[in-house]
Amino acid sequence: MPRIGTVRPRQPADVRVAGLGKQYPTRSGGSVVAMADVDLDVPAGEFVCVVGASGCGKSTLLRILAGFESASHGTVAVAGAPVTGPDPERGVVFQDYGLFPWLSVRENIAYGPRQARLQRPVVRERTDRFLAAVGLERFADRYPNELSGGMQQRVAIARVLANDPSLLLMDEPFGALDALTRSSLQGELSRIHRETGTTVLFVTHSIEEAVFLADRVVVMAGGASHGVPGHVREIVPVDLGADRDVTSVAFNALKRRIAALVHEEVAAPAA
Amino acid sequence: MSSTEAATATGVARPRTPAAPAAPTAGTATGSAPRAPRRRPRLGPLLLALPVPVLVLALWTVGVHQSWELPFGIRMGFLPTPLEVGRRLVDLAAGGIVDDAFSGTLLAHLWASTQRVLAGFALAVALAVPLGVVMGRFSLAFRMLEPTVNLARPVPVTAWAPLTLLIIGYGDASAIFLVFLASFFPVLLNTIAGVRQVPVRLLEAAAMLGTRPAQVLYKVVLPASMRSIASGLRVALGLAWVILVVGETVGISTGLGAMITQARDQSKTDLIVAGMVVIGLCGFVADRLLTGLLALVTRRRPTLT
Repeated sequence: MPRIGTVRPRQPADVRVAGLGKQYPTRSGGSVVAMADVDLDVPAGEFVCVVGASGCGKSTLLRILAGFESASHGTVAVAGAPVTGPDPERGVVFQDYGLFPWLSVRENIAYGPRQARLQRPVVRERTDRFLAAVGLERFADRYPNELSGGMQQRVAIARVLANDPSLLLMDEPFGALDALTRSSLQGELSRIHRETGTTVLFVTHSIEEAVFLADRVVVMAGGASHGVPGHVREIVPVDLGADRDVTSVAFNALKRRIAALVHEEVAAPAA
Repeated sequence: MSSTEAATATGVARPRTPAAPAAPTAGTATGSAPRAPRRRPRLGPLLLALPVPVLVLALWTVGVHQSWELPFGIRMGFLPTPLEVGRRLVDLAAGGIVDDAFSGTLLAHLWASTQRVLAGFALAVALAVPLGVVMGRFSLAFRMLEPTVNLARPVPVTAWAPLTLLIIGYGDASAIFLVFLASFFPVLLNTIAGVRQVPVRLLEAAAMLGTRPAQVLYKVVLPASMRSIASGLRVALGLAWVILVVGETVGISTGLGAMITQARDQSKTDLIVAGMVVIGLCGFVADRLLTGLLALVTRRRPTLT
């Protein structure tokens, strides 16, 4: 697999989330508190996975960091600057890819650099580099609907990386893929992270995926349906080194510990 | 089991290309394999489509000669035969057969009608597409305008015709205005629907990739709603030809609708049917030209045509 290269004009960003809360208005005029008092500090270059049961607010956290939704309480800062809206410095990879179906693979990847009005040779060089990084040179002129799900997600990752983001936000990116494709993409993502050094916040349902990829795993719990706002239950460091063996004892011990944290009943609010 | 399946598969495929030696098949097997054996003569669809129109023409001819009476009180004795219509069509186009006021005038009528259709249709597109985009994108505009649009829409364009003749007067402007009205609503409604259906995910993707707000329309909204807009254009262009005949009925001397009206006044049924055939063909050709143009503009990209 070709290397991405080491030229990185943009530094990875650190993320500071403090006292973050989100509430939605309901039809009856009241409001539902989806998430409250979330604190999270991610140093630059770290790979953080967020796990938790459905409705715990992990996707909301990611969408607020992306700038798609606004916070009801608290502050969110990326590289020291408050988040006010979407920005190409914060690349987002969606579960359903979100590729432009009328653009070819190459044009999808070149989209960001073109919007940034980079010079033509620079756009071309970046596009080629990230096409190669995800191994899709042979499919450069195909359209997204001609590709498998795994290939489409590779395009989506390359498209975001071509913007040279300082933070990569991934919302269950491999959730719709089969197990084989999933594990090969996990390996690729791990390699890409080592080469680019970009900070990554990765939301997933899969505990194994989180333990395989992350430097730290953020376990979230609660959610509106539990009667308790979504919150961070615990942050578990993963000290398993670079090449992780999903069958090893240490790996599975960690998996069990995080699974227990995820499935533990939420304490009922004081009556 | 898979080997026997493969054997029967090639066994079926072989007889189609008996002349082809085994070597090329084996050589290209790794590349694009299942391309070669699809060279069937193109006679099938034609053979299937031909009998019905032939039968209709035959029954039509017999019916005219025998003066059949059909339901609705259709007296076929008053109809021209297909042959007479064909003669009239040739005379209309080239002259030299019937030799009356209509001989060789087809091009003039055709050109006059085409101009009116193009003018009315183009005006409708120029107004309805931008309005549809605004109504589809901005809910305030939608809520302000949608009730009015849907109140005005059910009024048939044919019902507008008498009023139009009184307030605009006889002539080109009336016909063009009616074509415009007929084309306007299909384009508007399909544009609104297309723009409202643009997936939120694509707008989010565009935003996080750094699309400037002024470019979102051109880069995402229009491409994503292109298919719906295109079908609106096709419906509108079809209706434009329909309403043209009504619009050219009064106070216009050249045009296919005018020609049919004059033919009726002179009881020339063969000319009426010839006019009907020409207008039908016009609608068909216009639709093909439009789809071809759209394919050209969108360069045959997926989801655009």
